[in-house]
Amino acid sequence: MKTNHHISDALLLDYASGNLSEGWSLAVATHLALCPNCRRTLDAMEGAAGALLDKVVGEHPVTSNDWEAMKARIACEPVATAPARVAEKPVSRPSADATAVLPEPLRSYVGSDVSGLKWRALGRGAYQIRIDTGDPATQVRLLKIPAGKPVPEHTHVGRELTLVLSGSFRDGDDLFQRGDLEEADGNLLHTPTATEGEDCICLAVTEAPLKFSSWVVRMIQPILKI
Amino acid sequence: MSLAVSIMAGTCHKEEKVGVSLLARVQHGQRMKRTDRISTDQDIAQAELSRLLAAVGQDRDVNAFEAIFRYYGPRVRSFMAMKTRDTQLAEELMQETMTAVWNKAVQFDPGRGNVSAWIFTIARNQRIDAFRRRRPAFDENDPAFVRDNEPPADVELEGRQDAELLRKAMETLPPEQLDVLKRAFFDEASHSAIAEDMGIPLGTVKSRIRLAFDKLRTTLEGRR
Repeated sequence: MKTNHHISDALLLDYASGNLSEGWSLAVATHLALCPNCRRTLDAMEGAAGALLDKVVGEHPVTSNDWEAMKARIACEPVATAPARVAEKPVSRPSADATAVLPEPLRSYVGSDVSGLKWRALGRGAYQIRIDTGDPATQVRLLKIPAGKPVPEHTHVGRELTLVLSGSFRDGDDLFQRGDLEEADGNLLHTPTATEGEDCICLAVTEAPLKFSSWVVRMIQPILKI
Repeated sequence: MSLAVSIMAGTCHKEEKVGVSLLARVQHGQRMKRTDRISTDQDIAQAELSRLLAAVGQDRDVNAFEAIFRYYGPRVRSFMAMKTRDTQLAEELMQETMTAVWNKAVQFDPGRGNVSAWIFTIARNQRIDAFRRRRPAFDENDPAFVRDNEPPADVELEGRQDAELLRKAMETLPPEQLDVLKRAFFDEASHSAIAEDMGIPLGTVKSRIRLAFDKLRTTLEGRR
């Protein structure tokens, strides 16, 4: 299936430049695993960065001392044998086949594919799983929305990324299917609703809730003017 | 804020010397593939760097690595200094990056881009590690990974042609778009910080990014 809703250039540039925090990056990287189109743009961005790096004026050329130090250092490096990339990730990764609903890097974050998950009820037939990251600025969750029902708790502040992993949802006239990424900000009033016929599983990344975001405080906020 | 980056096409004289000196360093009998259209000194430098990096990856060729180190060391050091504003840290990160280049050279895939793009990604990842952040990435070997269904006939040739097209297209970008890209890649500035710094609205920053990559994408797609 071809993805129709892609990462915006501004967001992808943040990812390409290393400027996007872990929570948002998880949604971007998982979309990239499903979308060759955005991977081509990522390649173009990294190519552009490389071209800019070529044009950087090095203020100090490397000296003979610099090179001797470097040479001594690489002499101490263990001889890398061909598949060196395996050594980078000592974490045991949950296995999967081509029919896996959760691609990497998401699957490792969750610990298994969807069949092995323990969902927690969110009310009105919806379920969620919180995903731990080292990024305090975001809240990352898997959501399971019953067919035909709206995404619950949908009052968010700031940016929100929603990546469809199975089933689909509609938001206005737009249909979002597996691999599609919806990028919304707090100004956009929208009501994503799971399509009839199949539950929708999606990855949702939002800005971490502020301390004052409980509904009680939200109700009295206008009174207290905070 | 001034960036120590020159981008105009007219400032390439130093690059020519680098291209020539890299060529002079070729100590192996291997000849360069002549099937591709090599037309500028930059391209010669890139094709040559690609060959040198392959020699590092396959033969652990220290002389080839020296040429790469002398070319990229100063660039990576400046790149690191732009974000860290700390000469000592920039030096350490440059050494970490070049050590990673030595160790990972065998993984370099000429079909996915040129040497400069690859070294940028290694430098970027070192910088992320230095600030103790994580950047999740996709895994091409994952069974659930969706492959591109139009595999090019000659990935290496195509990768190098793409890099060449990109570099030429970059030279046609308006300076205000290039400026935004440089700040994003080198200063690692947020879009709102870029907007504030340049005294322009956030929407203008985003539209410059979109216009720049529309142009680069069109250039690459036009070739296919």
